[in-house]
Amino acid sequence: VSTAIAVTGLGLATPAGLGTEASWNGVLSGVSASARDPILEGLEVDFSCRVPGFDATDLLGRKPARRWDRFVQLAVWAARQAVADANLDTETWDGPRVGVVLGCGMGGAATWEEQHTRMLEKGPSKVSAMLIPMLVPNMVAGQLAMDLGATGPNLVTATACASGATAIGVARDLLRSGACDIVLTGGSEAGLTRLCITGFSQMGALSTRRDDPATASRPFDTDRDGFVAAEAAGVVVLEREDDARARGAHPRALVAGYGASADGYHITAPDPDGSGAERAILAALADAGVGPGDVDHVNAHGTSTPLNDVAEAKTLRRVLTGDYSVTSTKGVTGHALGSAGAIEAGFVSMTIKNGLVPPTANLENPDPEIDLDIVVDKPREQRVEVALSNSFGFGGQNAVLLFTSA
Amino acid sequence: MSAVYEKVKLLLVDKFGVEEDEVDPTATFEDLDLDSLDLVEFALAAEEELGVRITDEEAEQLETLGETVKLLEEKGASA
Repeated sequence: VSTAIAVTGLGLATPAGLGTEASWNGVLSGVSASARDPILEGLEVDFSCRVPGFDATDLLGRKPARRWDRFVQLAVWAARQAVADANLDTETWDGPRVGVVLGCGMGGAATWEEQHTRMLEKGPSKVSAMLIPMLVPNMVAGQLAMDLGATGPNLVTATACASGATAIGVARDLLRSGACDIVLTGGSEAGLTRLCITGFSQMGALSTRRDDPATASRPFDTDRDGFVAAEAAGVVVLEREDDARARGAHPRALVAGYGASADGYHITAPDPDGSGAERAILAALADAGVGPGDVDHVNAHGTSTPLNDVAEAKTLRRVLTGDYSVTSTKGVTGHALGSAGAIEAGFVSMTIKNGLVPPTANLENPDPEIDLDIVVDKPREQRVEVALSNSFGFGGQNAVLLFTSA
Repeated sequence: MSAVYEKVKLLLVDKFGVEEDEVDPTATFEDLDLDSLDLVEFALAAEEELGVRITDEEAEQLETLGETVKLLEEKGASA
């Protein structure tokens, strides 16, 4: 069944800006959000990409500021934006027909660490009763049900850095099957804690460019040395296109294809032959009924790690046969882990809607092993009909979304 | 009102997001939109701020702010 699924609303809280327009303008600017992070002071990696101006007390109130971990705060804020953008009314919608599927890699990491420290320093009796409800990753979807009265199927997907894309794929299926009429989907991540960053750092996954954090995230560049960790939330509203048009909504783009696979190769390294990623891309193409020559834009996973970028580039070269532009918005936003696929789905929707491809920040010396038409320096005007968004997670989990113009 | 009451009021407003004009000796925790988890948190905070411990059993019996302040004072809380 090829029921077209439309993106009718979008809410972004990313390091490129608070809000969809601010985020979009941020990625178009090509100015990296990576900066020194006071919370990480003294660590080997002491910089990150944070959402600017996100004050939970101001934006959500004192109770959510206290009772929700930051990954939930970011998601609820983004979801409210997305619902407003879709011109939906949560008072009158049919709640049990509204699903929520969000991706999250880490859950409430900051809460976990804070309370663990408290237990060690002050004893078990001082541990917060909110520890568990604040840290479980599924709470982000549960809270949206409470906040918006979205009481249909409700879950969180965990495929590490592909979680946000996986969520959108699953959400798409809930609409195709008829289980839901509306799904709020995307992802959220707020794992910029001293312990998490140290963990990524010990793996050698992060850039160590301490002297110049603003140029640390440099996808596809010869001098890339790892990713810059980010926090972000991205929520899209999906509906069947027919339903959306019937109520007068204006789709930004269509989710036309989704492909998923597992490398079955290594816990963290991508399979250098890219066969897992290739299968996910081919599955997304087949699902959408488009050929490998029809794709005209790719929002790459493009993490700025030495291994990912070259493996991904080679896979794209091998699989896609037409002319297509490539960008990695992670040069600006950093790598938002479980929400990366969600915010990038948002950027792809904006690219399709506005005919503009954001540049890849900091790409100064293209890696000679990478032979792609990568957009650099400034946004490129391009009419995009068919676009891919790649997301690959630790664990070898791959999720590829294919968007078409509405 | 007592100094302990004022301290409790400050705690509820600052840490629990309660509106200042909602705080009243006759207000119940339910009135203030505080659930059982909040009550556990409140007991922890009260212990830190006022130096007396409310047990889980005692917390379960508490309904209004007035009762809560009375219990804290009986246990020797001083602001």
